[in-house]
Amino acid sequence: MRDISLHILDLMQNSIRAQAKVVSLSVLLDEKGLLTVVIEDDGTGMSEEMLSRVASPFATTRTTRKVGLGIPMMAENCRLAGGGLSIQSTLGKGTKLTAVMDTASIDCLPLGDLPGTVTTLVTMNPDKPEFTLTCRSPKGEMAFDTREIKEALQGVPLNEPEIAAWIQESLREEIEPLFGGVIL
Amino acid sequence: MKSLAELEAIRKKTLNRINLRKEDEGEVTRVVIGMATCGIAAGARPVMLAFMDEINKRGLNHVTVSQTGCIGMCRLEPMVDVIVPGQDKVTYVHMSPEKVGRVVAEHIVNGRPVAEYTIGAVEDK
Repeated sequence: MRDISLHILDLMQNSIRAQAKVVSLSVLLDEKGLLTVVIEDDGTGMSEEMLSRVASPFATTRTTRKVGLGIPMMAENCRLAGGGLSIQSTLGKGTKLTAVMDTASIDCLPLGDLPGTVTTLVTMNPDKPEFTLTCRSPKGEMAFDTREIKEALQGVPLNEPEIAAWIQESLREEIEPLFGGVIL
Repeated sequence: MKSLAELEAIRKKTLNRINLRKEDEGEVTRVVIGMATCGIAAGARPVMLAFMDEINKRGLNHVTVSQTGCIGMCRLEPMVDVIVPGQDKVTYVHMSPEKVGRVVAEHIVNGRPVAEYTIGAVEDK
């Protein structure tokens, strides 16, 4: 993956596959430059046995192949950037994934197009689950919740191209000032 | 957040389009994008956003975009299926945002698949 937002898009597919009702994403940058990404869902969760081997490339729930690279690639990129990845999960309750990276590290990936990632998730899954996004940096914070948008839309689906364009544009306006820099 | 009043105006406009579409149900063209780890790593996200953008700009009323998982040909990602009602499914491979404009204009609007981007053209080489 070329940037962190692509990892986020990939890992949140796991939450969707786990039949989550609500998937929460938060992206937090502290004063010291430490970036913390948290993905939390209320999906099926994992057994302790699955959790113990989930960071292995040879752990996957899919039946077409024996490899799954989403989590191991993100874990490796966190490790290279002086951080790490941890997962807590309870069967039947949900899963929480925390990824930490030091943005001062030369090996830290750029954040990338986070508005594009959230727009993609929302428009590709217009009915369920609900998504929430919280971004915080020393420059401020923002919050986004698909339930609020759906209320305003009164039944018009989120994947209509005009709605998607509005979501992407408004996320961009709010997210870019927080993290600055070039969004790939 | 941009104003919700603005969203309300877009909602009304979109509602009209949805009602128009309901009258010719069955005529909807589907665009399906591979969005597993392989697809995302190869660049499926900008391709998907380019399709949404192009459909929005052209005001195409009869096209939906959705995602699928990995179909096992990861080396050909990003892959996109275009399914026009009454015609065979066309699979495009190694897609990029730059190729999206031609696929929309020539295939979705004018009904002529872009042969050189299809899986057949790449696999025959």
